[in-house]
This record gives sequence, C-alpha cells and structure tokens, in this order.
Amino acid sequence: MAHGRYRNVFLASIAVAAASPASAQDALPQVQPERVRELVHLVRQDCGSCHGLTLQGGLGPALTPPALRDKPRESLIATILGGRPGTPMPPFRGIVVEEEAAWIVDRLSEGFPADQGAAR
Amino acid sequence: MLHLIVKYMWWTVPLLLLSACATPQPVLRGTGDLGVVIERATGQVQVIETSGRKSLAQVSGLGDLSHASVVFSRDGRYAYVFGRDGGLTKVDLLTATIAKRVVQAGNSIGGAVSQDGRLVVAQNYEPGGIKAFDADTLELVADVPADYGTEGKRSKVVGLADLPGNRFVYSLFDGNEIRVTDLSDPRNPKTQRYPAGKQPYDALVTPDGRYYIAGLFGEDGLSMLDLWQPAQGVRTILPGYGRGEQALPVYKMPHLRGWAVAAGRAYLPAIGRHEVLVVELGSWKEVARIPVKSQPVFVMARPDGREVWVNFAFPDNGWMQVIDTFNNSLVDTLQPGRAILHLEFTPKGEAVWISARDDNKVAIYDTGTRRKLAELPAASPSGIFFTSRAFRTGF
Repeated sequence: MAHGRYRNVFLASIAVAAASPASAQDALPQVQPERVRELVHLVRQDCGSCHGLTLQGGLGPALTPPALRDKPRESLIATILGGRPGTPMPPFRGIVVEEEAAWIVDRLSEGFPADQGAAR
Repeated sequence: MLHLIVKYMWWTVPLLLLSACATPQPVLRGTGDLGVVIERATGQVQVIETSGRKSLAQVSGLGDLSHASVVFSRDGRYAYVFGRDGGLTKVDLLTATIAKRVVQAGNSIGGAVSQDGRLVVAQNYEPGGIKAFDADTLELVADVPADYGTEGKRSKVVGLADLPGNRFVYSLFDGNEIRVTDLSDPRNPKTQRYPAGKQPYDALVTPDGRYYIAGLFGEDGLSMLDLWQPAQGVRTILPGYGRGEQALPVYKMPHLRGWAVAAGRAYLPAIGRHEVLVVELGSWKEVARIPVKSQPVFVMARPDGREVWVNFAFPDNGWMQVIDTFNNSLVDTLQPGRAILHLEFTPKGEAVWISARDDNKVAIYDTGTRRKLAELPAASPSGIFFTSRAFRTGF
C-alpha cells in the first residue's frame, strides 16, 4: 500500500518535471506541495531513525548545514540514491527520484524544514 | 447530613489550597499496570494504564525523543527515559512529573538498570561508552569509555543489557567487540573484552542471563557469547544465513531484546533479507527461516511464547505479521495503521499495544482474536514501555 502510494506520486512528479523547463528543485515545491510534505516527513522521521529527528546524528552522521558544508552536492545526491556500501546507509533510489534527492540535499544545506506530519 | 457537611467543610478549604500549592500528591495505587508511550516529535511521554486501556497523564520537557527508550526502577514507580540528545529523565509515573533530569551525553540510545536497582546505566554513541548513575539522584558514579584500537577512537555502544552481579554487557558498533563491565564496585569498574563480528547493531541477553546474542550489520551471522563460559569467547551463529546473496536495503535497523526468545528458540530478524531466522538455544542449529513481508524490525514473542509478532521497516511499516511458534508458520497479516514503530505486550500477553506514528494513535489488539480493542490518540507515537520490564533481566 505504501509502495503504491509513493509510486503514483513519483509518476506524477516525473511527468511534471519532464514537462517543466524550470530546474527541478525550483519546480518541485510549487508543483507538488503534497509531495514536499511527504519528503520532509520522510527525511525527518525515517532518515531521522538513524540521523535523528533533529538531524544531529545517531548511528548515521549529522545532516545539519555545518556538517554538510564541505561535502560536494553531487556526492550527497549520489549517497541518497545509491547508499554507501559498507555502511548502514541504504540506497533510496526507487523511493525518491534524482530531482527529489537534489531537493533534499539543497534543503539540508540551508536548514531542513519542520515536519508537517504524514501525507493526508 | 447537611449539618455534617457544614461542620466539616471548613477543613476542605485549606486542604484544597495546600494541594494546589504543594508538589502533586500521588493517588494511592499500584504501578504494575502502568507504562509510558513516547510521543517522539514533541518530546513528551504519556503515562498509560493497561487495565483501563487509557491515558492518565502527559509529561513534557524530555528533549529529543527520536530514538527514545525507557527502563523502570525496581519499585515500578519511575521511568528512566533516554533521549537521543543524551537527556536522561526520571519520570514519576504516580505524579506524572519529572523527578530528575540530566543531559549526560551528546547522543544516546538507551540504558539498563542494575540487578540491585541502584544503578541506571546509559549506552552512548557520542561520546562512545557507558555511564552509570545513581538510580535515586542521577549522580554520575562511573564513566567507562568504549575506546578501541590504538588511535584513541571511541565506538558507538549498542545492545546494552543488565546481567546478574551488577554487570552489564554491550557491543561496540565501530570496535567489533562485546564487552562485559562489572559495576559491583561502581567506583572501580572492571571490563572484559571479547572480539566479535563486524558492526554489531543491537543485541539481546536471554531471560536467564546466560546467552548474549549480537546482530551484525557487517556480516551474515550473529555473534554469541555464553556468559556462563565467557572464556570460550564469541562464537558465530547462523553463519552465512544470507547464502552470499545480495542483501536487500535496510531502511531501519532491527531491534533485539530478550523478547526474541520463545519455546527454547530465538526468533531473529535477518539483516537485508525478508526473513525471520529461528535458532535453537544451546545447540545453535537453524530450526527454520520464515519468509515475511519485508525487513523485520521488532520480532517480539508474546509473553507465553506461543506467538511472535513482527513489524517491518519503511516503506512496508504499515504491516504486521504473526508467527505461530508451534509450527513456525505465519498465521496472520495485519494493517493496524500507518508507520507502525513499536509494540508492547501487556504483562501476561492478553493484549498488545501498537504505535502507529503517522496515524497519531496507539492501537490495542486482543492477541487471542487479533481484533482491535481500542485506540488512544498520541502525537507521533514511537516506543511503548510497560513497568513489567522492571522485573526482567535484559529489559
């Protein structure tokens, strides 16, 4: 059921991203506010089970702006999508698309938004 | 009658005033059917009662509870709540107030209470190690760093459990070791080290305090230490359970406790496989591997051991499955709500409380009929902990 819900939203957001000439990270919050809400909830709650709800770290490292300052954006996006072999960081490809991973990295770098709860 | 009320009513005025000013007076009651529900996002806990299936009170100001866990004082009155942010809060269940609170580390995941009830011990990620506190005052009495290697590094500590003799056993996630620290003289801790498998992520001690089993993230197998014969060292059990196949992604680390033990066997979550592994205690023979819906997180036996209830990692965390331990088969599949994070059986197991984080509720199921008995509202609930843990080794 969870798979199905996410998959439908992915397809919608891929379709919108493909049709839109604007960069994905700008377009995403405008075209899919409900998906933004889901992504924020996903990062805060499910990434938060290792990185902490406040993203100050846990089994996984901190994901706060100071902690990420010296990390290249592309490698952070690659880490979200592909995971880090040899560590507990799993690949999220199939759960977030590349544009969404980039959006997450950009939001993390500036201070991640507060959770508004699960999708309704 | 009326003249009696008038005659004695003047007493009630100062009494009411007194109770309004003084610290809350506990009602006269036992605590054996009490517990707490963590409301992770808001840093609060609810004090609940399993007999009435109701919430009694809410206590706030407990900090970051994103990976909170709870142990209980041996009198069952106080809950020690360990927060992610290193906060250790002693909550009085009878008055629903904070009795004591310290911030003891930068990053913490849980703790344990000593056999004699005098020490509460925290396991910390940052700085890596364990710390012991006076259970009454929360004064620091011992600080045992989890240093490893030759460069002065400190490991994250996982899988802490209490043992007879005021000893504590735990694992070093980064250091690949199991350690036993004797705190019978807390001012002079003595630690034994045992090399273990790669990246232990959590561990359990069997209810008799004999076997310590650490789940490994970094290899196919589990590390087992026989605490009655520790000189034999760590042995790998269920080696190569993944059969060399590519591991599936693990979106949430499983949790291990003595609840995995039922009918003389341990029911263990496979890492990176959608299976529950069943191993016979003592002989360590694989008895079965039970295919389940997704990556298991909590594989928890009902107190009588006849059933094992399983929840799953994101994104399949809306599901639960029930295993009959008599023939190791799946007997039920449930959808109690969205984002099932935890479950806790009542002391004798007639009901199970299940937290559904994304539905902001706790669902209570009858374990006989597997029908829902009640729901309680809770803000982003995660862990549920009942006072019956106070009397179990390894909880």
